[in-house]
Amino acid sequence: MRQVVILGAGTAGTIMANRIARQNRAAMAAGDLAITVVDQDGKHLYQPGLLFVPFGVYRPEDIVKPRRPQLPRQVRFLVSQIDRVEPDGNQVLLTDGTALPYDVLVVATGTRIAPEETEGLTGTGWRKTAFDFYTLEGASALAEALAHWEGGKLVINVVDMPIKCPVAPLEFAFLADWYFTERGIRDQVDISYVTPLPGAFTKPAASSTLGYLLTNKGITLHTEFNAGEVDGTAGRLVSWDEREVPYDLLVSIPLHMGSAFVGRSPGLGDDLDFVLTDPATLQAKVKDNIFALGDATNVPTSKAGSVAHFQAEVLSENIQAYLEHRPLPERSDGHANCFIETGFGKGLLIDFNYEVEPLPGRFPLPKLGPLPLLKESRINHWGKMAFRWIYWNMLLPGRDLPLVTANLDMRGKDLPASHAA
Amino acid sequence: MTTTTIAGKDLIVDGEGFLQQPDQWSRDVAEAMAADLGLSLNERHWLVIDYMRNTYLETGQAPTIRSLGKQSGVPVKELYQLFPKGPAKLAAKLAGIPKPHGCI
Repeated sequence: MRQVVILGAGTAGTIMANRIARQNRAAMAAGDLAITVVDQDGKHLYQPGLLFVPFGVYRPEDIVKPRRPQLPRQVRFLVSQIDRVEPDGNQVLLTDGTALPYDVLVVATGTRIAPEETEGLTGTGWRKTAFDFYTLEGASALAEALAHWEGGKLVINVVDMPIKCPVAPLEFAFLADWYFTERGIRDQVDISYVTPLPGAFTKPAASSTLGYLLTNKGITLHTEFNAGEVDGTAGRLVSWDEREVPYDLLVSIPLHMGSAFVGRSPGLGDDLDFVLTDPATLQAKVKDNIFALGDATNVPTSKAGSVAHFQAEVLSENIQAYLEHRPLPERSDGHANCFIETGFGKGLLIDFNYEVEPLPGRFPLPKLGPLPLLKESRINHWGKMAFRWIYWNMLLPGRDLPLVTANLDMRGKDLPASHAA
Repeated sequence: MTTTTIAGKDLIVDGEGFLQQPDQWSRDVAEAMAADLGLSLNERHWLVIDYMRNTYLETGQAPTIRSLGKQSGVPVKELYQLFPKGPAKLAAKLAGIPKPHGCI
């Protein structure tokens, strides 16, 4: 019997388990193929919801469900820590000593924040005056702090790239502007956005089109700031080249790393424990029967749920081909599609890939939309809020979303003059 | 991709001046590029540049700022003093290797 092992039961791993199980229903029923899914815990977090927890829009219990019901009944689900992968031995070792042999391995263990990598960040003031919102604990602690905050200097700092959902820190800044306006203390709050990049957005086209948002909302931008130290006692964020930004309340987006077992697995990852992955086929560089997708890879696209979903459509076809000894047919283009919440009930939508930057236009239907691209609108905000239902009921089960293609669709995009020729 | 002349040699570079063919590099090229940026290279610079170049030639990947800090023998803070603003990017340029993917 052939064994497919999937490490991680988050967005990417769950979609993969559902798609592979559906494609191989007969083989599984006949006992020719088995799927095992491993995760370190049994709770599936709707990660896009973390952004809304600090502002009381969602409560923590609104964005967590058990993992098991999201997976197909016929797969085996194990809750365990992973020790390492042995690519040469074609097996995964769990920390309790269990060995899981595999014919095909899918690494979908995502990324984690590593606040301990920034000096002082987890010291004095951690989760009292300095917070993250990329974990449920961090977002919940921040909700409590914001609800009682009387105002002062709010600093949002991205420590290093790459990060998960690269627009989330900006959305946080936009929502903070809205939240303190609603509370009637916006004039008491000074909001700064501090980034290591040359602009607020990771993509230059978006930075130039959307830069006005920060100005209009009165958010101060500090660029090319590489945070080296957090001084929680004095409330100072200090860069490696000794620039300082004072804060009363720091919202840090700490360094991101892959799962620690990747670093313990020979040849699997890079120096941040992201899996070295072919950007087109999603095959790991280390061995032809290992594949990776979602936030766990080192491919040069955004770490985002939409990317994991589009990659899963490609990768499930490639794995099917691999199981049937055919050449890998599909190519991922790094397609990402992200709603950006801008506050006051409005949102933006961006659609891009490895090569094509976000462009204006309409999505998913050319001209009709209904969602406008790269432009603020109320319908994009409602799209973002409706997405939670779509996530649990359509995305995780691995169904193709109507009208939305795995690779970027250039129809409906308004090309700049330089591209149009 | 354009061709430029540095230290008397015709070199292929990208729009930001990163060499596209690491074998066109020499220590003279690095010195000339550094001088152009107002930097005079000392032994600490060379420690980093050599580490950067060797890692790239061995693995095909430029090390990140964090692994430079941990493994090159030069702490991160000093890296920022030696190579102002973006040490990983600047050291890669002087080491004659393509622009690191991390610098997006």
